[in-house]
Amino acid sequence: MSTVVAKDRPRAAVHKFASCDGCQLAFLNLGEDLLLLSSLVEFVHFAEAGLVNPEAPVDIAFVEGSIGTIRDVERIQRVRARSRYLVAIGACATAGGLQALRNLADGQAWIADVYASPGYVESLETSTAVAQHVKVDLELWGCPVNSRQLIAAVRALLFGVVPLEEHDKVCMECKRAQVVCVMVAQGLPCMGPVTRTGCGALCPSFGRDCYACYGPAENPNTEALGRRLEGLGIAPAAIGRRFLAINNGAPPFTEAGLRRVHGHD
Amino acid sequence: METGFLPRGRFQELLAVLHRSGYRCLGPQVRDGAIVYAAISVAEDLPRGARDHQAAGHYRIEQTASPRYFGWANGPQALKPLVFAPQEVLWRARRQADGGLELHQEMPPAERLAVIGVRACDLAALALQDRHFLGAAGDDPHYAARRAELFLVAVHCSDPSDVCFCVSTGDGPQASSGFDLALCELDSGFIVESGSDRGAVVAAELKLEAVGADARAAAARQADAARTRQHRSLPGRDLRAVLFANLEHPRWGEVAGRCLACGNCTSVCPTCFCHASVETPALDGGASVHARAWDSCFSQGHSYIHGLTVRSDTRTRYRQWLTHKLGSWHGQFGRSGCVGCGRCISWCPVGIDITEEAAAVCTGAADE
Repeated sequence: MSTVVAKDRPRAAVHKFASCDGCQLAFLNLGEDLLLLSSLVEFVHFAEAGLVNPEAPVDIAFVEGSIGTIRDVERIQRVRARSRYLVAIGACATAGGLQALRNLADGQAWIADVYASPGYVESLETSTAVAQHVKVDLELWGCPVNSRQLIAAVRALLFGVVPLEEHDKVCMECKRAQVVCVMVAQGLPCMGPVTRTGCGALCPSFGRDCYACYGPAENPNTEALGRRLEGLGIAPAAIGRRFLAINNGAPPFTEAGLRRVHGHD
Repeated sequence: METGFLPRGRFQELLAVLHRSGYRCLGPQVRDGAIVYAAISVAEDLPRGARDHQAAGHYRIEQTASPRYFGWANGPQALKPLVFAPQEVLWRARRQADGGLELHQEMPPAERLAVIGVRACDLAALALQDRHFLGAAGDDPHYAARRAELFLVAVHCSDPSDVCFCVSTGDGPQASSGFDLALCELDSGFIVESGSDRGAVVAAELKLEAVGADARAAAARQADAARTRQHRSLPGRDLRAVLFANLEHPRWGEVAGRCLACGNCTSVCPTCFCHASVETPALDGGASVHARAWDSCFSQGHSYIHGLTVRSDTRTRYRQWLTHKLGSWHGQFGRSGCVGCGRCISWCPVGIDITEEAAAVCTGAADE
């Protein structure tokens, strides 16, 4: 394998906002390819890997996490200003993450319930996607994103082409893997028909229903799926909560979920 | 051509002859709640007593005490995945020192494959896929390689499901051509007929018994029953004119409200042949893998041409599927693209029924 370090490598940074750090592992889990990757791009800031230089200008900035504090709001502007190409990675960065559930509730009350000294917690009322604050050039969806997605994006950018967006439904991947449909054959409340592919139909491959961690696919018919789930005997509020999960902040899921949780059309 | 009777207790001999002839045998098995084709070595691997209960958006297997191996209609797969692989590498490219490209075509491993339990609808669909992949434009090498070594053991359908309508399309339930051997399963055993020279060779090795008058009568009764229990139908064999005269029918918009545009129907359809090309470059940029993967007219990418998605909504995608399948196939292949297997009805997560939709568009104008 060639690990000759290219001259004038593009510079890259991995920034973290409100998140569990799991998406950054898609870089660290590359194994041998991580050496190859770092011969192709120079990581100048990647705290989880021990490189700390957050203010350095870069060609590619990967942003993990949602915007959840007033400092985040200011910091994402600095990241944008110092980056040629900004890639939002993972459900937090693309849809506000699980923590966006506070957008639909009284977040301050939750903080008071949970923390012994809530005064130390300074958070905004909302957790929002990076694209709601700055221009995002590419979104990689998933909770978490995987190494294949990151490699495909980096490779396309190194070629100087726009990375392909994967937005087919999970069903397409499921059928290509010849997995028997868990909704039709088992009556499981699968979210695959409205969910973006990218995971390789991981959950249905193991006999369980998709829970939409890659966010909405293009042209998602959330209303028809919701009616079908009702037909499987699932209560409307429970259907709503399936939409209001990891990607609750993605507009098609927010709308479909609220409609059923609150029972109004 | 009828060749004789194989008692149930001697079914293993068929597998043994095929194995001796160098074939790997695939047969129906119950996996993950459905009948699927998987490798079999002994008759006990077959789904003895299994029955399928199919309805729109619904598929369940029931285990019964029946001695029969083939007392079910079908599963989500036809022969399609065996010849037109759901995803396969076509070629690999590697950049050379002088800047040129070294191309390597990747072929499927040569393998003699015998498939046991093929239905009449599957054979009709295979004949259509042959027209497409082995057509006038030249053979598709990957399809042709898999197709050439396929030995097909059909079993006449004795138990069509609630969604089957092959009588309406003229493709079943009895297999009439395209097989090497065809079996009619009775409780006591199998009436075996050969449909090809190599089928006749296998049948001769089996040393079949004479077919009794009782068995012959039971087979005829069973075939009649399989025909009459089907209750779904398409409004005609050639719907080309009426479909294209109704491109603005309100039903297209109505079905789009129910349709998930998920591509399950086209994936289980045994005749759909659309695919996408997928290029996966190596991280170092020095090599690339070119694969094809099943695509669907329900995906956004299917109708994307530079800078434009021709069919951006579900109304036009559903209309494309139905007008092609039941309409413009006639001009392309000389018949409809539907063989009446009912898979698109059962495996649609929301249970959209192609026969209902076709009827609504073709005959229901007065209802609107």
